[in-house]
Amino acid sequence: MTQTEITNEVFSVTKARLDFPALHQEIHGRPLVYLDNAATTHKPKSVIDAIDRFYSRDNSNVHRGVHYLSQKATGQYERSRQIVQRFIHAADEREIIFTSGATESVNLVAQTFGRKFVHAGDEILISEMEHHSNIVPWQILCEQSGAKLKVIPFNQRGEIDLNGYAELLNPRVKLVGIVHLSNTLGTINPVAEMIRLAHSQNIPVLVDGAQSVAHLPVDVQSLDADFFVFSGHKIFGPTGVGVLYGKSHLLKTLPPYQGGGDMIHSVTFEKTIYADLPHKFEAGTPNIAGVIGLGAALEYLQRWDLREIAAYEDELVNTATKALKQIDGLTIIGEAEHKAGVVSFVMENIHPHDIGTILDMEGVAVRTGHHCTQPIMDHYKIPATTRVSFAMYNHLAEIDVLISALKKAIEVFR
Amino acid sequence: MSEIRELYQELILDHNRNPRNFKKLPDANHSSEGFNPLCGDHYHIYMNVDENSVIEEITFDGSGCAISKSSASLMTSFLKGKTVAEAVHFFDLFHDVVMGKIDPESAEDELGKLSVFAGVREFPARVKCASLAWHTMKAALVEENKPVVSTE
Ligand SMILES: Cc1ncc(COP(=O)(O)O)c(C=O)c1O
Repeated sequence: MTQTEITNEVFSVTKARLDFPALHQEIHGRPLVYLDNAATTHKPKSVIDAIDRFYSRDNSNVHRGVHYLSQKATGQYERSRQIVQRFIHAADEREIIFTSGATESVNLVAQTFGRKFVHAGDEILISEMEHHSNIVPWQILCEQSGAKLKVIPFNQRGEIDLNGYAELLNPRVKLVGIVHLSNTLGTINPVAEMIRLAHSQNIPVLVDGAQSVAHLPVDVQSLDADFFVFSGHKIFGPTGVGVLYGKSHLLKTLPPYQGGGDMIHSVTFEKTIYADLPHKFEAGTPNIAGVIGLGAALEYLQRWDLREIAAYEDELVNTATKALKQIDGLTIIGEAEHKAGVVSFVMENIHPHDIGTILDMEGVAVRTGHHCTQPIMDHYKIPATTRVSFAMYNHLAEIDVLISALKKAIEVFR
Repeated sequence: MSEIRELYQELILDHNRNPRNFKKLPDANHSSEGFNPLCGDHYHIYMNVDENSVIEEITFDGSGCAISKSSASLMTSFLKGKTVAEAVHFFDLFHDVVMGKIDPESAEDELGKLSVFAGVREFPARVKCASLAWHTMKAALVEENKPVVSTE
């Protein structure tokens, strides 16, 4: 395997910004201040170029042809698998399954693991702070199988109640699903500890890494995660592509997810033999350009020192939190000790939706709403929050723009 | 700032701060529930319609953004005393204005104060906020087995 030499540059936000064409535009006559990175990130030129190059030159189907372009496309597609493997420190590239996104990855596990291992009377354990995509697939499975969905509570600061969690673990629990980094609260959950506790009762754990991959170094082996899912578009890659990591011994025991081409070894009308990992779970023509784009995104990110990025993003979150707290009538939602990437808040007398519109007029893009985490809204008895979410290309100065835009909102609503 | 003021006019801010007709109507003979799952806006509309199809009383409660709340407040003030047929007519007219289908000036005589919502034309993401109360009102009047109205 030829590995591109990864040379870490000293992280510089000024330099990084130059790599993202979409950051350099005006919205309503103001420079764009993009603070909606938890929804999706912008893409560096290298990712856009990789996709462009694929469609303008290398376009072919994968795993199917002896001709030159098909082999070239297959080579690039499989090289992305190795890049992902190294990025999340998986033991084997065959443990990397390409999907359409984190959502499909969770559904894949729910349906295949569920079909094999989950029966009436069993339990699936997830937390109260999950994204809907790590709730609904399990509800569907529970409906199909007669299993029960149980919920791990969190405290007012937005931290998982570890004692409550330990009490919920029991032999009926067939799988634990937990978000690594909450897209609404910014909480970094103690997943390593939670996995250790689950494993002490032989319960496998699925980690939703949709938010964490772009902010925290991820090592699935040291976490000892059984499944780990994420989406390409939240880590500077294209939409429509994602990853399911699964321990190979587990993936091997699971039935296929979808049937079709590419996922078989041989087909007759009497008997079909499924392909080996990872192809067993990649039925049909995959999102080839997307997978190649995702590889380019991870290579881009690895140009920088990821620890430096994490430290810089901490500074962004801390600076924003401090500045927001200075505003009268503003309450931060989610004050966990360990946070990354995300700051949510509500304001007295101004609904998040109105804040969102006013910020937009100032060029500031934030998300307002329940962020696909309605149980979190119910927990705090609020309809919605305004959410500021950072990427490594955000400037400290953009926080000043955010704050002065919020002051305008207060002015309007005075 | 001027575009923002165009949307958040004083009348809207006033009805947001002090919503009119903001109460339950326990003996309502028509009512409906409206919900915008995307932003959590959630209202009930209550009405008493008499035997001549006149809306004798109309109130609302619930919560949401300034646009949706002031729209419910101004709508209820506007429709009190109107007939069911008129309410449906004004629904259509209001809808066409906020959707940008007709020139707001052409409807100004008929809509009066409600014309203040013409500004949402420029904010496509907010059109559903302005129209939630109206959809809910219409559902309460014309639909027999009404599901929860949802503008998304
Ligand atoms: C924590 C979390 N999990 C899962 C998802 C689902 O990701 P996608 O919509 O890309 O499948 C998201 C994205 O919104 C998320 O923030």
